[in-house]
Amino acid sequence: MVKKDIMEEIAKANKSVIKGVDKKDIEHWATIYIMGKAYRVPADLTIMQAMEYAGYKFIRSCGCRAGFCGACSTIYRLKGDYKLQTAMACQTRVEDGMYLVQLPFSPAEKPIYDIDTVEYEENSFLKYFPEIARCVSCNTCTKACPQDLEVMDFIQAALRGDFKKVAELSFDCIQCGLCAIRCPAEIVQYNVAQFGRIMYGKYGFKENEFLEKRVTEIKEGKFDKEFKRLLSLSGNKIVDVYKKQQATKSKYLKKGGKK
Amino acid sequence: MKIPYYPGCTLKTKAKNFERSSIAVAEMLGVELVELPKWNCCGVVHSLTSDDLIHHLAPIRNLVRVQEMNEEKLVEDEFRLVTLCSMCYNTLKRSNLRFIENYEEREKINSIMEREEDYKGNVKVVHFLEILRDIGYDKISDKIKKPLDKLKIAVYYGCNLLRPKEVGIDDPENPDILETLFESLGAEVTLFPYKKMCCGSYQTVLDKESVADLTYNILSNAKEHHAEIVVTSCPLCAFNLDNRQEIVRSKHSEFKAIPVVYFSQLMALAFGLNIEICGFDSNYISALPLLKKKGYLKNK
Repeated sequence: MVKKDIMEEIAKANKSVIKGVDKKDIEHWATIYIMGKAYRVPADLTIMQAMEYAGYKFIRSCGCRAGFCGACSTIYRLKGDYKLQTAMACQTRVEDGMYLVQLPFSPAEKPIYDIDTVEYEENSFLKYFPEIARCVSCNTCTKACPQDLEVMDFIQAALRGDFKKVAELSFDCIQCGLCAIRCPAEIVQYNVAQFGRIMYGKYGFKENEFLEKRVTEIKEGKFDKEFKRLLSLSGNKIVDVYKKQQATKSKYLKKGGKK
Repeated sequence: MKIPYYPGCTLKTKAKNFERSSIAVAEMLGVELVELPKWNCCGVVHSLTSDDLIHHLAPIRNLVRVQEMNEEKLVEDEFRLVTLCSMCYNTLKRSNLRFIENYEEREKINSIMEREEDYKGNVKVVHFLEILRDIGYDKISDKIKKPLDKLKIAVYYGCNLLRPKEVGIDDPENPDILETLFESLGAEVTLFPYKKMCCGSYQTVLDKESVADLTYNILSNAKEHHAEIVVTSCPLCAFNLDNRQEIVRSKHSEFKAIPVVYFSQLMALAFGLNIEICGFDSNYISALPLLKKKGYLKNK
């Protein structure tokens, strides 16, 4: 659901990048250090916007700019804090005293497997990713995850062959690679997770019984009459039908429950 | 009575029959083994290097989960953590003892764990056999539907339940907790001098032959003393003594296979539980022919 006002907000936040500096509009400034060099940037920018503001042009480490693609992995430290932190550059605002660098690429070994022949059994994870047995449960991967996933817990689930848990816990993984870069056991968590999700999707996940029922109904022509009716309507009438349908839908959504 | 329960990886993969039968047996005795909502590897092997703290993160993290379970009221003021796998028992308990005694090291572990709440050192790691001992063998005898009096049983301890002394569930030199349990179930427990002999442990991965030799020695000793079936509590011992009989038989043509099962499987049988719960079909050498011969499986 993209609303106009949200788009305006984004445009406003991007103003200093898109249109150059309009110092009157900028109330707060922050000093960040990109690969050691200090830049004074508007404090409301994301790391990605701030780097562009500072003059960087992205040919890597930048993709969807919306937190989905996992390309803009960034590591940083804050002044006076020993912690090494991780973030997606497009989703994180700059902070004063931020020392940062982007990770252009995370090297990873991915085994080749054929999902039609791989056996769906507990040991399959260890067969293709034997290094997961090196996990000492230090939780560094979980701390590194910009998606706040319980990375260590899905690696532990993989160790005991729990495909369902791996798939569920890793569902929102964007494969940014930060866990793999931080892991002292050198595990490539996101590849393990992908294997788990693919296998669970193919062999473990049970299709909803209603799906089959509905497909049969469609094939048997339950909705043919209604389709015919809609197709015969004029443009204006179709708009009316659509509006009516949307109105009932929003009412349904407002009730917020299943019927 | 609800007690936090730590399964470990093997109980969820190769030793499902051990878990299923134990949970059912516990239930018969009024104990609910409540699995930790979240758990990780036990650590597998206790690290003896004094400054190698990172290998203790795994066991200690599991102990923190017991604290959480109490806070979330999943159990009521119950800080015992029950294990079934001897290996998990050993690793969890040894780490626990080390960090209960050493405050400074515990603080270090806590600071590395960071996101977890601190481990306060108040959890007690126990083996299911100890829970059974605490319940009392009289109460166990009361539940018997099919006494095991037709079976000659050898009990095998292995190392992890007994050593080192400070974590042993019984006298490391002359244990009798398994003997007492099976006598209370009506069984004839045979003399078994090799009951604490090494099964070869992880050598089974790299050197199957040597492990098969050990298996041959141990099981031959059991058979010399007229045992018909061997029971154990350790999934690794079970694997070595059970699955490695394949190699033993190829080397020694005179060797006759002998079933090796988890103690809980025979307990479930004695309690008259469903044969599926006993899980005899998942052992490598099937105990079913023996049990059939002795009349334990009349209906099947």
